[in-house]
Amino acid sequence: MSIRTINNKPVDVDAEGFLTNYQDWNLEVAKVLAAEEGIPALNERHLVVVNFMRQEFAAKGDGPSIRKLTKESGVPTKELYELFPGGPAKKAAKIAGIKKPHGCI
Amino acid sequence: MKKFVILGAGTAGTIMANKLARALPKREWSITVVDRDNDHPYQPGFLFVPFHGYEPADIVRSRRRYLSRRVGFVEALVERIEPDRQKVHLKGGEVLDYDFLIIATGARPAPEENEGMLGTEWHKSVGEFYTLQGCTALQRQLDAFEGGRLVVHIAEMPIKCPVAPLEFAFLADSYFRAKGMRDRVEIEYVTPLSGAFTKPKAAELLGNFLTNRRINLQPDFALARVEQAAKKIVSWDGREIPYDLLVTVPTHMGDPVIGASGLGDEMNYIPTDKHTLLSKAAPNIFALGDATDLPSSKAGSVAHFQADILFENILSVIAGRAPEAKFDGHANCFIESGDGKALLIDFSYDVEPLPGNYPLPLVGPMALLKESRLNHFGKLMFKWVYWNLLLPARLPAIGTHFSMTGKRP
Repeated sequence: MSIRTINNKPVDVDAEGFLTNYQDWNLEVAKVLAAEEGIPALNERHLVVVNFMRQEFAAKGDGPSIRKLTKESGVPTKELYELFPGGPAKKAAKIAGIKKPHGCI
Repeated sequence: MKKFVILGAGTAGTIMANKLARALPKREWSITVVDRDNDHPYQPGFLFVPFHGYEPADIVRSRRRYLSRRVGFVEALVERIEPDRQKVHLKGGEVLDYDFLIIATGARPAPEENEGMLGTEWHKSVGEFYTLQGCTALQRQLDAFEGGRLVVHIAEMPIKCPVAPLEFAFLADSYFRAKGMRDRVEIEYVTPLSGAFTKPKAAELLGNFLTNRRINLQPDFALARVEQAAKKIVSWDGREIPYDLLVTVPTHMGDPVIGASGLGDEMNYIPTDKHTLLSKAAPNIFALGDATDLPSSKAGSVAHFQADILFENILSVIAGRAPEAKFDGHANCFIESGDGKALLIDFSYDVEPLPGNYPLPLVGPMALLKESRLNHFGKLMFKWVYWNLLLPARLPAIGTHFSMTGKRP
């Protein structure tokens, strides 16, 4: 665990740069994280996904499965991959300021 | 007479039935368990069947035999649960009334959820080892395999026994070396996660496990479809991986009856409180093991720890008290690493797998997050423990809660 500064504010992150405190997140933080993931601007559709992930995390303590995400957020799988190229589960989780999707080991 | 009905006589349902059988007075309570058949598979054994570690007949026993004699066993397919009227509808028209219901219907591979997976090559060049039929067919495929690309693949998380595909890759490496044909086999491990090991300590300590075994890793691969004719799998972002033999772990789902009864989430798992383990379906409906949407691993060892907690809370609910027992996500499992060795991991909701000794500091005897022959022996011994201690619910409840004893953070 380490601390980094985003927009002049210190936030806790894990070794891979995922936020560890849900409360540290806001839209400005998300924009910085998105840019680092190769997404220069967050559009409305990105935010649908990001907000859904945060909601799900707040309710269940874990991010949603891709299946739940596509079924309930209204963003189809193909679009999801276009929005977050190279791995939506991981990238969207990072930008949403929640834990990395993980296995048990 | 009050009625307890349990759906499912797998690991979770059997343990709970046997616990309740000892706790609930016979004169006041009836306990009925329903399952579609009388064949209880020792699911950890599926992994070994393709490599002739076990033969199919070694790992299936009668469900009835492992249920307490005071428990009624009904062999039938459940069609629908009616929570409002407290009824379970069975195929053929029979109806069971209940005062309390436990849903322990597990999780199952659902290959129909993956485009192109079910086809003429299913259980042939597209194999799986999560069903008795599948691991038996895969044994024949491996026997006949003359070399080429073996692709071990996970379609989507969550799956049962999340480390099993990794174990399969390790065992395959060991198996083909023993057959003197390892140079003719290319092994690739394809996962939707960002790596084979996603927890920091495991990644640090086991990072070289794949390269040492010449297993190629393809992370972040989300399956769009299987193309059986072209023998390749294709991801949503257009990556293609060719195979000669695909060993896949299909998407998993809860039992269709959960969906048909309107009790589940998008994957037919029952929403369940992660600490009290009480289901959110109804106050008199409980859920246990793989059938729940809990973020803990879907595995028999976890169902067993959960059963200790849920059992206490069920007794509280029946007596009209507040449920006080809390589950901490405790899980442990052996991981076969090939060549007669295995690792042991022990973790919880909050603590990742750590190195150290288990269950006691320094003396162990088991080593955590480290290969040893003793761990492999433990894995083999576990089959005896499963039938003789775990299912009859005769293991002491001392290990239910996760402990840092012996671990090195």
